[in-house]
Amino acid sequence: MAIESIAPAGQDASGHFGPYGGRFVPESLTAALDELDAAYHAAIVDPEFIAELAGLERDYTGRPNPLTRAARFGELCGGARIYLKREDLNHTGSHKINNVLGQALLTKRMGKQRVIAETGAGQHGVATATAAALMGLECTVYMGEEDTRRQALNVARMKLLGAEVVPVTAGSRTLKDAINEAMRDWVSTVDRTHYMLGTVTGPSPFPKMVRHFHEVIGREAREQILAVEGRLPDACVACVGGGSNAIGLFSGFMDDPQVQLRGYEAGGDGVATGRHASRFSAGSPGVLHGARTYVMQDEWGQTLPSHSISAGLDYPGVGPEHSWLHDTGRAVYEPVDDVEAMEAFAALCRTEGIIPAIESAHALAGAMRLGRELGPEAVIIVNLSGRGDKDVETAAAWFGIDLAQRP
Amino acid sequence: MTATLADVFARVRTEGRSALIGYLPAGFPSPGAGVELINAMVGAGVDIVEVGLPYSDPLMDGPDIQAAVEQALLAGATPDVVLDTVEQITAAGATAVVMSYWNPIERYGVDRFSARLAAVGGHGVITPDLTPEEAGPWISATTAHGIDRVFLVAPSSTDERIATVCSVTSGFVYAASTMGVTGARTTVSSAAPELVRRTRALTDLPIAVGLGVSTGAQAREVAAYADGVIVGSAFVRRILQAPDRAVAVSAVADLARELAAGVRGN
Ligand SMILES: Cc1ncc(COP(=O)(O)O)c(C=O)c1O
Repeated sequence: MAIESIAPAGQDASGHFGPYGGRFVPESLTAALDELDAAYHAAIVDPEFIAELAGLERDYTGRPNPLTRAARFGELCGGARIYLKREDLNHTGSHKINNVLGQALLTKRMGKQRVIAETGAGQHGVATATAAALMGLECTVYMGEEDTRRQALNVARMKLLGAEVVPVTAGSRTLKDAINEAMRDWVSTVDRTHYMLGTVTGPSPFPKMVRHFHEVIGREAREQILAVEGRLPDACVACVGGGSNAIGLFSGFMDDPQVQLRGYEAGGDGVATGRHASRFSAGSPGVLHGARTYVMQDEWGQTLPSHSISAGLDYPGVGPEHSWLHDTGRAVYEPVDDVEAMEAFAALCRTEGIIPAIESAHALAGAMRLGRELGPEAVIIVNLSGRGDKDVETAAAWFGIDLAQRP
Repeated sequence: MTATLADVFARVRTEGRSALIGYLPAGFPSPGAGVELINAMVGAGVDIVEVGLPYSDPLMDGPDIQAAVEQALLAGATPDVVLDTVEQITAAGATAVVMSYWNPIERYGVDRFSARLAAVGGHGVITPDLTPEEAGPWISATTAHGIDRVFLVAPSSTDERIATVCSVTSGFVYAASTMGVTGARTTVSSAAPELVRRTRALTDLPIAVGLGVSTGAQAREVAAYADGVIVGSAFVRRILQAPDRAVAVSAVADLARELAAGVRGN
């Protein structure tokens, strides 16, 4: 199938989405970003690249993944017809592999031998380490020390795959600090290293490029829902960390105004407590990690620490295209707090026999809210962005399951 | 008003030497001590002071400056502390510019920041993560308030890119000597002379080299081909290592004297 891009709403050639996006980077990176932009644009019209990526998606990732009707879970969503887009069934367990395979092929085309990545939940780190192993690239992953603790299983997976994992002890020791450290590595090693940014944030061309590699989610979902329901859905629902799984799903329905696009951010302990990652509820436009976008910041423009039970949503910035979709009203963003997310997590486990990633549980909680609002006739696609294996320890602690005790 | 950047570069040229440019974050290790340390630097021969605006995500900085700005932020550094610092060191005779990541300036308001900086006697702003493409409102505001805009060129910059950067720059061009973050290094990158040569072919602006200079000998080496020598991490490190404020002040002055001799070819 041809990989064709739908022009993102408001995106211009210089990588802006309305007033958002752009490039705010040290001059040392300009040449590398230009090189990447050129390599990306050349690749996505090159039949050889298109075929190679499609082959990997089919034979390695296992695409297309199913669109699963979740009838029992739907009963908890006001009886709405809920469909799960099963990114959790991809090789490595989340949507992150879609982007990584595309960027790994680009790395080879640019003649670079080493990749670096930041990771929060560890899913992007695992996907990067996987692609690096597959393609014979050196791999270093930066991960906040706090996250190496709560996602210890993924640290082990990365190491098994041959990657070096560097715990970052600066700042809040989470995803934002891992990105700072990865950027520092990149400016120093850019002639032989590609930075595999894991979401639709960062300087241009990352937001549009990462989006492109995730558009497969929306393309498949659209085809699948038309086949089973004979119509477009009423809403598409996704969790939003940086926003890559959300933009991937949304991209398939962007030009269908009757399809509501709903993004769910981490509400943490509750937006009112200040301990959350709800950029659209409590942030404002600013510049973080190379792009203008909504940022959680204080009155002086210092980045505020974010908080969530979910490492993958625990980030004070968001992809610039989401900022534009928010301002234009094309997509609507709401916070889901830890408690509500974990209720949805448990609900999916018990009704469908599927353990979701805690990130994805935020989208499930959103579907429960939205389904009750839209009623039983509604058709809703939820992006099940990842599986919950990595979160078993966190969930066990939350629900009071003693892992040390014998049954 | 103290000497402008153009005045300083004109003067050092007549003296047959390069300018010494010293960086310290404002409010490091505290607002009061920060001013005293900068004044010590100036008293010992620094020609232009770069006052850093501490930022939570200093992704162009190595460990020394990261540690310093973290201390400064904990001690309450804000843009107003930066402006106060500029005002005080200007009163003592220094030529001051601000060095800041972009978000704090945008948040403060580009026009408001330019106006306040001009009002306290500051001469320019170095913006390491602002690209010319994103600088439209900044160019208008700084022009309106007579503030110089310093942008960076790097070894990876194409000639076309260097020309673009220079076309929006005033005061001096900041040549990043190496591909990397700030931090003292044992040798100054061999890429620096070539970058300065390429930049000089494209602009009449003075060119100052930064990143990695930490000793008098390195300053002398760089002064042989650049109009200015920028030193930051080496000053910061002396302060981080000092057991108390008095030792920090004399360590900063000692280093400034060594570097000032270096830029004079001694
Ligand atoms: C399973 C899963 N979903 C979602 C996310 C959030 O990222 P994004 O918003 O880019 O999809 C992550 C990030 O680690 C993840 O692992």
